[in-house]
Amino acid sequence: MNLQLKVWRQQNANTKGNFTDYTLNEISPDMSFLEMLDVLNEQLLGCGQDPVAFDHDCREGICGSCSMMINGKPHGPENMTTTCQLHMRKFNDGDNIVIEPWRASAFPVIKDLAVNRSAFDRIIQAGGFISVNTGNAQDGNTLPIPKPDADAAMDAAACIGCGACVAACKNASAMLFTAAKIAHLGYLPQGQPERHKRVLRMVHQMDSEGFGNCTNTLDCEAACPKGISADNIAKLNQDYLKAKLRGISA
Amino acid sequence: MILDSKIPSGPIEQKWDKHRAEIKLINPSNKRKYSILVVGSGLAGASAAASLAELGYNVDCFTFHDTPRRAHSIAAQGGINAAKNYQNDGDSIYRLFYDTVKGGDFRAREGNVYRLAQVSTNIIDQCVAQGVPFAREYGGYLSNRSFGGAQVSRTFYAKGQTGQQLLLGAYSALSRQIGAGTVTMHTRSEMMELVVVDGHAKGIVTRDLVSGKIESWAGDAVILATGGYSNVFYLSTNAMACNVTSIWRAHKKGAGLANPCFTQIHPTSIPQHGEYQSKLTLMSESLRNDGRVWVPKSATENRAPHEIAEHDRDYYLERKYPSFGNLSPRDIASRAAKEVCDEGRGVGPGGRGVYLDFSAAIHRLGEKTIAERYGNLFEMYERITGENPYKVPMRIYPAPHYTMGGLWVDYNLMSTIPGLHVLGEANFSDHGANRLGASALMQGLADGYFVIPYTIGHYLATDTGNKVGTDHPEFKKAEAEVQARLHTFLSIKGKRTTSSFHKELGMLMWNNCGMARSEASLQQALSRIPEIKEEFWNNVNVLGSGLEMNSALEQAGRVADFLEFAELMCWDALERDESCGGHFRTEHQTQDGEAKRDDQDFCHSAVWEYTGTNSKSIRHKEELKFENIQLATRSYK
Repeated sequence: MNLQLKVWRQQNANTKGNFTDYTLNEISPDMSFLEMLDVLNEQLLGCGQDPVAFDHDCREGICGSCSMMINGKPHGPENMTTTCQLHMRKFNDGDNIVIEPWRASAFPVIKDLAVNRSAFDRIIQAGGFISVNTGNAQDGNTLPIPKPDADAAMDAAACIGCGACVAACKNASAMLFTAAKIAHLGYLPQGQPERHKRVLRMVHQMDSEGFGNCTNTLDCEAACPKGISADNIAKLNQDYLKAKLRGISA
Repeated sequence: MILDSKIPSGPIEQKWDKHRAEIKLINPSNKRKYSILVVGSGLAGASAAASLAELGYNVDCFTFHDTPRRAHSIAAQGGINAAKNYQNDGDSIYRLFYDTVKGGDFRAREGNVYRLAQVSTNIIDQCVAQGVPFAREYGGYLSNRSFGGAQVSRTFYAKGQTGQQLLLGAYSALSRQIGAGTVTMHTRSEMMELVVVDGHAKGIVTRDLVSGKIESWAGDAVILATGGYSNVFYLSTNAMACNVTSIWRAHKKGAGLANPCFTQIHPTSIPQHGEYQSKLTLMSESLRNDGRVWVPKSATENRAPHEIAEHDRDYYLERKYPSFGNLSPRDIASRAAKEVCDEGRGVGPGGRGVYLDFSAAIHRLGEKTIAERYGNLFEMYERITGENPYKVPMRIYPAPHYTMGGLWVDYNLMSTIPGLHVLGEANFSDHGANRLGASALMQGLADGYFVIPYTIGHYLATDTGNKVGTDHPEFKKAEAEVQARLHTFLSIKGKRTTSSFHKELGMLMWNNCGMARSEASLQQALSRIPEIKEEFWNNVNVLGSGLEMNSALEQAGRVADFLEFAELMCWDALERDESCGGHFRTEHQTQDGEAKRDDQDFCHSAVWEYTGTNSKSIRHKEELKFENIQLATRSYK
């Protein structure tokens, strides 16, 4: 396949970026999207040009590192698929492909396609956990958990923290990410003691990081490579309302 | 080099209790006076950092990722073993201990493995308490599946994402401590050098991968939890950035490196499909619970798989190993796949593949049940290959996956450098010459949650040397060395990229020190590696500067270390003149092609001491004493 790429290049957080055009020839349809970018980078290195910086690691769709807008869609055209698992057979010979970083003020660009997503870590640090020290635990089977609850918790916990939900949202809202953790722990009996404080603290942190508000357009759900349901957002809102009505303080 | 394993005396069931009763403690109010540096934030690193901070120590944790949640532990699919015996099927601590020692082909230390089996049950409890959503039965109780190398069901799992969920559990515990200010987290920060002062590990030098800043960090103890070195083969199931650098740097500063030739080749990975390929993707071993492995009987077969009649198929694992069948251990299943492909019976492009066929299971259980068990794996397979495994058998082939070798540690998980502790895959301790499935997660978390919190206190209470700060000359010296090395990479300005050297080394290692090794292949590699190394240092091309995000520069440092490490790995494989577990020397096999151990001469761990750039490392031995398990020929027939 022969491709025309339009790639966002930005030296660092303090400089202005711009699109640069590149031509790639003889790309195999069996390559992954990142392997195609590897080929581009080898080509750039060959002619003494700075390779394109992008985050990536496991290349099997689970670490959540890869983060790029491909033709205006987070992770590209294939549903429920991270960039590293997207293969070139989903494109056509002669295609133009536009590649950009996540765009959100809470995710500042570090270089080219790599952005800083540590705001997500700070949301988790604010309360996305169960306060249990090592050694506190009882036998795992002393706490039977109905299978549907365990399954629902697992579905919410499948989030890989990539940030596609934020990138897809016109408000750059982190509601789906935050809600997934609140729902995961909220479905489980272990998560109940801190349930209300957790939602207040995590939402407060989310707001202070500069993420936008949720206006229920559900682009986040459509873009999520792990299929996290927007129902979790309803669960977050419900927990938040209960906590507020009960006058619980964070 | 003194190798004192410090295994407590007494009956094996009581060793750990006895040790815990005897080791020195640090008063709760004194713990905050000690600072501990943890390098790595995977299962072992994150669980250690969180647990030590809970105890009151000051912890600094370093990762080269943008967040601690991305470590490669996250990619483990199948599960985690624990001797809970919830299934009432005859499991026990002793049986998990026995299976692990036997699975490792009797090349692991009994005392450490027994402790691992003992604390395995605590891990499950701890993870449940953290909210890890393990699979449950309809009654609400924890579910188990079976895994290779065991005849009991002791594997706990969370769909096909067990590693992810366990890592997120450890990450949540770590995040709680970061939020509380007891752990300082350093992301996008790569360890470049270990600092040793008066024989004690006292700190590290890091490079900030965004600003390029070189920084020193001093502590009272250093913990390395930086994973394995499978990427020495370039193509492996490891993540792209996994590397040997931290343990190699520690080795060059005096830490013994044990059994580097013990590498695991996983039998079920998606076959390679092209020159440009950057990594291999694993298909969980759990698939072998319901999938049947086969190749055509005839090397001239060219029909599509569904057209090949039953009597023209060779279900070679079921034929050769009737009692374990498709659930034979990894080293055995991998070699068997290589053997049938070497006979010309492999399938798919290039003939390096075997079928993993679910049609019988789908017929027996229905597509819905199979989708519930393995749906996400089937989808992943289809995304990568473009083939639907519900209709067409998967094609799989072995791939480098895990490394049993690593830095030598004693019972306290301390290396030969006092104060330097090593956890998880980075150490050599528990898996001998072959690791059983679902045991890596168990070991990483055992080390981090339940071993190091006890044993590090003993070191800190007894023997830490003097307190030093980053103004000590050793730190300045290490920083200068790091700067000089980076400067060299940037000033060579040769013609080849770092990846091209990595690929060349990987191919050489796979062919000559991979699934099968011989004296001739190893000698060949040993004469070729110095040539590649020589060319690397004269002809590598690294652009840009050291003061920015520069992935080529990061990679150059890692490849340079792999080039040195690869040589030691070949020496280790050459001098271990026997076959055992994943180390298969073609000169040493039984009549039916199984690994033939030599307990007379090689019932030991080989521990290498670094002696300088141009001199050969010294091979020391830690003799292995088996007091509770009788050495036997490993059979899965």
